Amino acid sequence: MNESGDQPVPDSTTLTGPAAGRIAPPHIEPNQLDESAPVMFDVEDLNVFYGAFHAVRDFTVGIKQHEITAFIGPSGCGKSTMLRCFNRMNDLIESALVTGKLLYHGIDLYGPEVDPVEVRRRVGMVFQKPNPFPKSIFDNIAFGPKINGYQGSMPELVEGSLRRAALWDEVKDKLGESAYALSGGQQQRLCIARAIATDPDVVLMDEPCSALDPIATLRIEELMQQLKRDYTIIIVTHNMQQAARVSDRTAFFNVSLNDKGQRTGYLVEFTDTVKLFTNPDEKATEDYITGRFG
Amino acid sequence: MRTITTSDAVAVRLAGRKVQWRELAFEGALLLALLVSLLFLVTLLVDITIKAMPVLTGRPADFISRGLSPDPTRAGVGTSILGSVTITAGVALFAFPMGIGTAIYLEEYAANNRLTRLIRTNIRNLAGVPSIVFGILGFAIFVRLVAAVGLGGSVNGRNVLAAGLTLAALVLPIVIITASEALNAVPSGIREAGFGVGATRWEVTRHHVLPAAAPGILTGTVLTLSRAFGETAPLLLVGAVTGFFTLGEGASVMDKLTSAYTALPVTVFSWSRQPSEEFRALAAAAIVALLAVLLTANAAAIILRNRYERKW
Repeated sequence: MNESGDQPVPDSTTLTGPAAGRIAPPHIEPNQLDESAPVMFDVEDLNVFYGAFHAVRDFTVGIKQHEITAFIGPSGCGKSTMLRCFNRMNDLIESALVTGKLLYHGIDLYGPEVDPVEVRRRVGMVFQKPNPFPKSIFDNIAFGPKINGYQGSMPELVEGSLRRAALWDEVKDKLGESAYALSGGQQQRLCIARAIATDPDVVLMDEPCSALDPIATLRIEELMQQLKRDYTIIIVTHNMQQAARVSDRTAFFNVSLNDKGQRTGYLVEFTDTVKLFTNPDEKATEDYITGRFG
Repeated sequence: MRTITTSDAVAVRLAGRKVQWRELAFEGALLLALLVSLLFLVTLLVDITIKAMPVLTGRPADFISRGLSPDPTRAGVGTSILGSVTITAGVALFAFPMGIGTAIYLEEYAANNRLTRLIRTNIRNLAGVPSIVFGILGFAIFVRLVAAVGLGGSVNGRNVLAAGLTLAALVLPIVIITASEALNAVPSGIREAGFGVGATRWEVTRHHVLPAAAPGILTGTVLTLSRAFGETAPLLLVGAVTGFFTLGEGASVMDKLTSAYTALPVTVFSWSRQPSEEFRALAAAAIVALLAVLLTANAAAIILRNRYERKW
């Protein structure tokens, strides 16, 4: 590794790592990460199979509360597959099999007693392509709370969720209109509002900005910083600058080919975002973030 | 000599406009195909309408309301329309819940394994089975079934109930296929969104997938109804009266449902076989009535689809 390998997290003004000058540094600020923050998800040796296909192997990570954790890596490395383990979305794929340990507040999410429907209420999700229901803006937000037996005032909850998603001012006069009338960026914020309307603990985001323009992307990123106070966020992104801008910790995944040509994703490095982007421990991480492959 | 500029060169290239004979010939052939099929349709319609004119202009209201009669000046399609409408209602009652339910199960719930793939393939094959085969099925099973549960009436099960069940079995595969396709066309993102906020499979299906698929299901099912409305062969086997009968004036609803019946296409069949000219005209008029009902049903399907069609 390079000489700065054993130094503490460098200041943004004195980037010395391999990424210095290559990825936009102004957004990287020295993180004051609280290492004693409680762990939300404790993942150990998680493996995901689709039938005979080994999608992700031996994934071990600890996701801390009220932090933004980013999953980055080349295409097909299992980032999204991993993300979908956290709310048991993989259950919807018949051939999917998850082994290993995934503890949420110390409870095994894949335990025999666990109801995946209840898991998804507590662990909300925002998808790659904005996918509002073909209904009114109001009904998009109200559906989740309604089926989960919410007893309070629905208009208040809808307003609160839209405000937290920084969408209220734009839609307050047209709550009865179709969600499809909104722009792509507004739809995605609507999907975030819908995800937080059920009052989850965690919000999973699967490349939430990949279908959005830079301005809409920036708004979502700002929103994530606000949401972090109330929620724990895990984001999968293709965009390394985005991971560097928004996340507190980053997990870098890579993919290995077996002799049959099957691709299996694995975790290369999981650490403080600033360290990962400036001074990674692994050669593969360094190659990826400096654009030598990926 | 002036130098050749880029625009000169381009102009020469672009100036190659000439008549594309092959293009024209192909377009002409396609147009011809369209005109030939239209010609058949128009000829048929004009011929039928001309033949039906004496009846349609002579006594339209009388023709629509009266029942079958051996006297051509008194015969009408009243009981036939009533029979057909009753049978079609029976088809809707039997085939829709079962067909849409099957489609929901296959598309939303069932695993995609060898067994379900076999079932899907066979449903498609069933849709291609000739209708007379369903008539035999109806005669062998539904007529006896209706008689066995005590609804056979005076005709020993050969009534509109058996006919409705038979035609329901006939259109069931088509209902399943059209409903499956409509469900399939719902973007999977909508399902994921529903699951993502903690909805159960039934809640996702009930609140999001079914409403989104409803226009497609509706259109498909209305079209299967018009198929059932126009079927003749199976009804001949399950006892539609091809002779002449009149329904007793004081008959109760139950009597009407369990006694002898006829249907519009069967009436056309029966009148066409009569030797006299008057009955030929009656048959033509009955065809016009049949087509009018079918076109109305199809138009209703299109209007419904346009009204409820969603875009995503």
